[in-house]
Amino acid sequence: MDTLNLAQWVFDSLTGTGLLWLAWMALASPQLIRAIVIFVAFGLLMALTWVRLDAVDIALAEVAIGAGLTGALLLAALAKLTAAQTEISKSDHRPRDGRAVRALRQLPAVLMFLVAAGLVYSVLSLPPVSSGLSVEVDANLGTSGVENPVTAVLLNFRGYDTLLEIFVLLLALLGVWSLGGLPPQRVAPAGPVLHTLAVVLTPVLILLAAYFLWAGVKGPGGAFQAGATLGAAGVLLQLAGWRPGPGFARVHWRLILVAGPALFILVALFTIVAGRHLLEYAPEHAGTLILLLESGATLSIGLTLAGLFFGERPDDGYDNDN
Amino acid sequence: MTTETLYALVGVGLFILGLYALFVRANLLRKILAANVMSSGVFLVLVALARRTGTVAPDPVPHAMVITGIVVAVSVTAFALILMLRIAMKTGQTELPDTWSE
Repeated sequence: MDTLNLAQWVFDSLTGTGLLWLAWMALASPQLIRAIVIFVAFGLLMALTWVRLDAVDIALAEVAIGAGLTGALLLAALAKLTAAQTEISKSDHRPRDGRAVRALRQLPAVLMFLVAAGLVYSVLSLPPVSSGLSVEVDANLGTSGVENPVTAVLLNFRGYDTLLEIFVLLLALLGVWSLGGLPPQRVAPAGPVLHTLAVVLTPVLILLAAYFLWAGVKGPGGAFQAGATLGAAGVLLQLAGWRPGPGFARVHWRLILVAGPALFILVALFTIVAGRHLLEYAPEHAGTLILLLESGATLSIGLTLAGLFFGERPDDGYDNDN
Repeated sequence: MTTETLYALVGVGLFILGLYALFVRANLLRKILAANVMSSGVFLVLVALARRTGTVAPDPVPHAMVITGIVVAVSVTAFALILMLRIAMKTGQTELPDTWSE
């Protein structure tokens, strides 16, 4: 608990106001392209806020996924809408006649006021000091196999959350693939700047992903940050015009996609057969098992995120034999 | 007011802004943006309140939940965008038909 001194107070007020203002601009600005760019700026300010709140792990994930990848997905979707020449509704407010309808329009604002009042009351009525589960995490950190408490929670204490989450990601990609079949994008040839950027940055991003994976044992980093960095490399390659070859798209891509979830299932079964709970590792093997799980998860997350950006099934466009 | 309370209240504000936009905006892309702003608000409340441990180190459990949440949010966004594109291909519109204007 710290009461705010002046410099902190100025910083926190500016950040807080900035967040609310950018969010409002992203939701209210009339042009969608502007709204998306402001939303990316909002994500970057969120990342700064995470650092301020001592959550560097989240800041890394936010920069790569929240601001970077979500922004790229939104821009790509907007480009496809424009290319398909759909009628993008210019005004978000449709004028309606009739007094009853106009009165109903005020209803959401009133509802929001009530919800806001309830939430503010709940936040203010919370006890000022609460250790949550941090005491339990601290007490068991020694047997978790890693030194970073966030990694210990993600991969050991609440490993089943991460197991399910990896399946959510895979499910999202399967959903995107099954709804695919969008008109093929015309890929403009990459200019020299983009080409050079992709050539230079891709190896750096892969190295950075490996570093995040390894660093997650002791400090900020881990499978999600590493996977997101790999995903970013995939997005960059796609923007530069690279497409997976038919063999890679049909077999290897799918194998890597399921490698992470499959490893998780195998380790979970292994722990049960060894007479423990689901994903309860023996302390002497915990470090190795976590690194193994994280390596598989990194590859799968990276390719899943890149696949979400790609949109269509990777082997579409090649001759299908079925 | 403490730092924790300040940021938790900003989180509440973001959630409300997003929820309001989700109700009143017709454009589907805007609704997806609104849902993302809402989730950022929820994350901010969680992480701000995780600092109330009374020690230097914040509670790592909400942090892990938020990292999970960020990944789930991007999955949902990607799926929602594809749904929106399919609707746009089929109807030529980026909003859902208005059922009570007729």
